[in-house]
Amino acid sequence: MKQGLFTILENRKLTRDIYRMVLEGDTSEIKVPGQFVNIALNGFYLRRPISVCDWKSGELVLLYKVVGRGTAFMAALPPGAQLDLLTGLGNGFDMNKCGSAPVLIGGGVGIPPLYALAKGLLARGKRVSVILGFNSEEDAFYLQAFETLGVQLAVTSVDGSLGVQGLVTDALRLISADYLYTCGPEPMLRALYENTELPGQFSFEERMGCGFGACMGCSCETKYGSKRICKEGPVLEREEILW
Amino acid sequence: MVNTKVTLSGLRLDNPVIPASGTFGFGYEFAELYDINILGSFSFKGTTAAPRFGNPTPRIAECTGGMINSVGLQNPGIDAVIAHELPKLKACFHKPVIANISGFSLEEYVHCCEKIDREEQVGLIEVNVSCPNVHNGGMAFGTCPESAAEVTRAVKAVTKKPVYIKLSPNVTDIAEIARACEEAGADGISLINTLLGMRIDLKTRKPVIANKMGGFSGSAIFPVALRMVYQVYEAVRIPIIGMGGVSAAEDVVEMMLAGATAVQIGAANLINPYASKEIIEQLPRVMERMGIKNLEEIIGGAH
Repeated sequence: MKQGLFTILENRKLTRDIYRMVLEGDTSEIKVPGQFVNIALNGFYLRRPISVCDWKSGELVLLYKVVGRGTAFMAALPPGAQLDLLTGLGNGFDMNKCGSAPVLIGGGVGIPPLYALAKGLLARGKRVSVILGFNSEEDAFYLQAFETLGVQLAVTSVDGSLGVQGLVTDALRLISADYLYTCGPEPMLRALYENTELPGQFSFEERMGCGFGACMGCSCETKYGSKRICKEGPVLEREEILW
Repeated sequence: MVNTKVTLSGLRLDNPVIPASGTFGFGYEFAELYDINILGSFSFKGTTAAPRFGNPTPRIAECTGGMINSVGLQNPGIDAVIAHELPKLKACFHKPVIANISGFSLEEYVHCCEKIDREEQVGLIEVNVSCPNVHNGGMAFGTCPESAAEVTRAVKAVTKKPVYIKLSPNVTDIAEIARACEEAGADGISLINTLLGMRIDLKTRKPVIANKMGGFSGSAIFPVALRMVYQVYEAVRIPIIGMGGVSAAEDVVEMMLAGATAVQIGAANLINPYASKEIIEQLPRVMERMGIKNLEEIIGGAH
């Protein structure tokens, strides 16, 4: 973990409630896709944990959804503004455990960390498939970005306005894969757990106090004892999950 | 050079700054960030006889100027703390640590204190009496003078280490309870624990916290904590560890003026992992600015 000041380079609306923020600062503590940063916001007591969409030396990309007053405050910040971030939080995805053909499945705001993961897996020579689930066409984001990476992409929407009508589980049969990486709302994670036998890693969300393992606010029970979503998570192995 | 040293029942601290139980784990997360030996001491995660997972999640809610937690005393249990956590802690913290002990029965407090009494690393025992008392119809031990005194007596009988009773603010008269603990032999009083609070989610129209209510902490509670430290100082002669919303070196000085000998930092550690370090670094500057040479001299100065 590292604390640092970042400068906003870009803060742009992608859909009605999803924003893309590019920040300049020290990213040296970010090691693997699936980790998150914890952002201090003026006038809000707790930091806001946001998963890392992509990063390189000196630059960080976050995609976030406006869900309350804190994220609305973030959305109104102009380029040039500075933010205090804790970086390098959480375990992230283990890219060494998958076979040759992993599938990455994301729902809504669970999609961002899969972008850097897809890049990382492609760089390791994997054949990467991606399934992205949205409510509707107007909620879709980053489709072009994923396509440009060169993954096999399938998209689902609940209302049928885009791609396969239904949930991400409805697109599973279109993909042949030997490993699963997923991030999204818990009902989606659970549906995937129940609808596929694929081994894999699931990234969870929980309300956090500190984000770095001190407060025990985000603990969950696993087959191997309690784990802190912010520290030993947010990524859990399929075989350790207790629903 | 100013002198920041204070003494808690014979335990000499380099400075009065002590991270509060439940906001500092067993120290390692913070030891990765800075040398935690700069701390006066720290109070480790509240420990019970058996391991506890704690309450269901969500356990955290944000408030203006603070947060609510309902972690519910998650801890690995006294035996694991002694076998695993204390040896690990020894590698990164070389000063006496404060053992925070909780219980759900008199026997549990006694059992844990007996065990922790044998640990050389422990300089002081802080007994948290804010938990439900199964002998008393589910009321917290700390909410009535008689049961708080009962815990104090029972614990004092099994340990030679100084015993500080950590009191709940969710009572009618905290000074009366502090006095009962003093009469029962307590070496000091820690206060305040969190204030009972809740939030309701406007989208779901239900409580944010799974347990519905939780403990409110953070800078917003500082005036309440300060007032209670002030009141308890007038009621007892034993030392006080003051806490509740302390977020800056100025707050430390204010707490000491109200009557605290040492001061714990709680929620501030969670939003800024360097909070305790920054407060320790700022303290001499604040003292110089205020013309304080010897920090111990200001204790209770507001009375």
